Amino acid sequence: MMRFILPFVVFMIMAAFMYVGLGLDPREVPSPLVGKAAPAFTLPQLHEPAKQFSTQDMKGKVWLFNVWASWCTACKDEHPVLMGLSRQNIVPIYGMDYKDKREDGEAVLRESGNPYTLVVSDTEGRVGIDYGVYGVPETYVIDKQGVIQYKQIGPVTPKNLSEKILPLVKELQAK
Amino acid sequence: MIPEIGHFALIVALFLAFCLGILPIIGAARNNPILMGTARPLVHGQFVFLAIAFGCLTYAFVANDFSVLYVAQHSNSQLPVAYRVAAVWGGHEGSLLLWAFLLGGWALAVAVFSKHLPEEMVARVLGVMGLVAVGFLLFMLFTSNPFDRLLPAAADGADLNPLLQDPGLVIHPPMLYMGYVGFSVAFAFAIAALLGGRMDATWARWSRPWTTVAWVFMTGGIALGSWWAYYELGWGGWWFWDPVENASFMPWLLGTALIHSLAVTEKRGAFKSWTVLLAIAAFSLSLMGTFLVRSGVLTSVHAFATDPKRGIFILSFLVIVIGASLLLFAWRAPKIGLGGKFDLLSRESLLLLNNVLLSVATASVFIGTLYPLFMDALGLGKLSVGPPYFHAVFVPLMAPMVLLMGLGPLARWKNFSAPELFRRVSWAFAGAALLALLLPLAMGKWTAMIALGLLLAFWIVASVLLSLRERLAGHGNFMKRARGQSLSYYGMQFAHLGVAVFIIGVTLVKGYETERDVRMNVGDTVQAGSYEFRFNGVTDTQGPNYVAGQGRVSASKNGKLVTELFPEKRQYNSSGMPMTEAAISPGWLGDLYVSLGEPIPDGNGAWAVRVYIKPFVDWIWAGCLLMMLGGVLAISDRRYRIHRKNTKHVSDKIGATNAMTLEGKAS
Amino acid sequence: MKYLLLLLVCLLPTLSYAGQATDMAADPVLEKRMIGLAENLRCLVCQNESLASSHADLAEDLRREVREQMKKGMNDQEIIDYLVSRYGDFVLYDPPVKRYTLVLWFGPFVLLLLGGGVLIYQLRKRKSQIVETKLSDADAQRAEALLNESPELQNKPKAPQA
Repeated sequence: MMRFILPFVVFMIMAAFMYVGLGLDPREVPSPLVGKAAPAFTLPQLHEPAKQFSTQDMKGKVWLFNVWASWCTACKDEHPVLMGLSRQNIVPIYGMDYKDKREDGEAVLRESGNPYTLVVSDTEGRVGIDYGVYGVPETYVIDKQGVIQYKQIGPVTPKNLSEKILPLVKELQAK
Repeated sequence: MIPEIGHFALIVALFLAFCLGILPIIGAARNNPILMGTARPLVHGQFVFLAIAFGCLTYAFVANDFSVLYVAQHSNSQLPVAYRVAAVWGGHEGSLLLWAFLLGGWALAVAVFSKHLPEEMVARVLGVMGLVAVGFLLFMLFTSNPFDRLLPAAADGADLNPLLQDPGLVIHPPMLYMGYVGFSVAFAFAIAALLGGRMDATWARWSRPWTTVAWVFMTGGIALGSWWAYYELGWGGWWFWDPVENASFMPWLLGTALIHSLAVTEKRGAFKSWTVLLAIAAFSLSLMGTFLVRSGVLTSVHAFATDPKRGIFILSFLVIVIGASLLLFAWRAPKIGLGGKFDLLSRESLLLLNNVLLSVATASVFIGTLYPLFMDALGLGKLSVGPPYFHAVFVPLMAPMVLLMGLGPLARWKNFSAPELFRRVSWAFAGAALLALLLPLAMGKWTAMIALGLLLAFWIVASVLLSLRERLAGHGNFMKRARGQSLSYYGMQFAHLGVAVFIIGVTLVKGYETERDVRMNVGDTVQAGSYEFRFNGVTDTQGPNYVAGQGRVSASKNGKLVTELFPEKRQYNSSGMPMTEAAISPGWLGDLYVSLGEPIPDGNGAWAVRVYIKPFVDWIWAGCLLMMLGGVLAISDRRYRIHRKNTKHVSDKIGATNAMTLEGKAS
Repeated sequence: MKYLLLLLVCLLPTLSYAGQATDMAADPVLEKRMIGLAENLRCLVCQNESLASSHADLAEDLRREVREQMKKGMNDQEIIDYLVSRYGDFVLYDPPVKRYTLVLWFGPFVLLLLGGGVLIYQLRKRKSQIVETKLSDADAQRAEALLNESPELQNKPKAPQA
């Protein structure tokens, strides 16, 4: 009788879903901004607050946009990776010090080195909301047309740098 | 030393559970009385060793043994002793031990209170419970041993989460687990019946009281959890449709369905395979709740620290237990007989319709809770399912269910005539509807939701009154007639009234709640509803393991002082976690609820204060208490009681049960 | 220190102006609208809390953002669209009806129809299958009598550790 086996079948399907679910991180939210134009902003620079930086200046370049803060512990893990990347001079890294005191942000960069071409500061966290930032650090790969091509949530690791980010950057630069 | 004894006791308990899971079941299959006879001693032994293990862990907590990793993670030397005991089940490993310990306790209870069940039935039931215990003990010993040492020992523990340092949370988990684990008895009876291949009305009668007890505990556990959320989280919410809450709500819903379908099966011997399936499903959902909470597949406020290894283990356990049960079901269920006859229009059918509604409601909670997982697993993106979804789907399913709830107890067994039933209830329904439409007007705010909620509640009350009138009114001795009704009849009516009281609470607090979020200088007053609250400042106080700012707020009505409230803002010493302790002045007609926000910077002693008037909110939990009381009454019915003099009353009882089939005579 | 504090507290009422408390929110009406909207939105950084009840930093920022957009005259749908364009459908506790959420929204009601249909079908079928009703009734009675003759068969269960 088919109908008596039905509960078993339904349950096994559920169990299969749960098995797949075990390998997923329910807290990682993919960004809907990937494939869309990076939201434009103009923010004061961290080191020279009188000067502004605008996304307009980046037209025609492939760049990394890295959101970090002095209060964020995962950013400390990421920092050496970014330092290494900046030494290779492949792609400019622009940093955004997110919801941070200017002095604190500057202090971190002074003490452990500055991988960024330029850093802006988003003390209020407004640009962060525009970019859908919810867990620092986050890193965006933005292409020559100003379109976000990739978003890394959480620290950039040597692995995803070499497997994802750098190949993508090279591909975008070649276009 | 003590932790090692505990660890060893767990291993012994596992060995005994293994034997319990194998020997009696083989014995029952081969009709070997010696093997079957091992069941009871094994259950006793298993319980003793689980109790030793539980005692050892409790001792480690009370004695502040921070060389035990689990103790170091969940306790602190400043923690008051009562909370140190509660901390035993404050984390993953210990709560598993509680699970296993309670499972041993339930098995012991079955062994003790079923002396006169057929031996092979007892052997199978206890054997199945032993198999379940094997799974839990293996899980504990391999992935989550509460007795693991921390070397070198920590100087002090990391402390119990301050949210859990609360009397409500001391008893909430044991209550809830008693419910979860209790469904294992109904499950074991169902599996035993499938194994034995003999399934008759007696099977339903045996498992019915056990199911009801488990349900009573579960009702209590869920109610306590929601009550805790109400007073502890600082803004008076009491149900959030969080995955963990849903994980307890699903087995409760199915357990409720099971109680009702057991009634049909006991009465008419009908729909046995459905009832067996429900018993399996209710326990499966209890197990699945454990998986959801501990594996990290869903995000929840209450989740335990998660670990994929544990997830794999529990999932395998689930697949073995539930999968095997459902296969057994698929194999044996087609041979189950049909049972007695009843009409399409009968109380039996109404009870089964209730089952359909409750099962679909369970399914909707299940779909809502797991949909994010399904989407993610299929790579379709992430989404969230929250309260708005459940309100939109659950309420429309529950409303017809409540309407039926009024009709069911009034309908005859076997068959009823619809026009006659509708004629009988027409006045009760009209009265309830009129009151529900007018009362919100009198209370100053009319919305369709309030009117609908009240209609459902009043309809239940009216139908209960109608049923009582039909049974008790008339000439002659009222007391005699009142005593002549079975306790399970009163139990049912109490439980149904409980639902009405619950609905009134939910409807009125949602409809008429007042909230003010204000900045208060010392001496300031704020008006909320008909009450005036005056803020008299905040003073520092010291608790056993925290410091607190204690606010003093006086509430008055028409210029007369009603009560004084002392909300606190606590900071716990070891974790540094801030906690809001709301102050509540409870009342039949509603609670006054005050919680402190933050001090206003440079505000000269001014604070952010939240003031709520929560009309009828305590009815929510009063309703749950009534449901529990109903369950207790139902199992106290003499049908299920142990007493030898019963034999004399056999004829009497048959008379009484037959009377039930005749109930619902025209009034 | 304690005495000083007590003294201070005693003095405070006379020092400060005692009057009507002011609402925390500058604009209580707008605040109510914001909370109503935020209750259906998910706080991203929290485990599972709404934007309305979360104390997380990001939640505060988002509430401020919502307030500001309301002040700018955007309607609720526009604000929701804005947040969805930033964070995806994940922020909505009230998932939109789309192709992929059909099962979520209509599944329960389909199940209800199905369940009701199967019940009626089964009830009709079994009614036609059972002919000798009298006999099974008698059987039931006999089972009942049997049960009652051995009263210890049914025992009162008790909580394991009462």
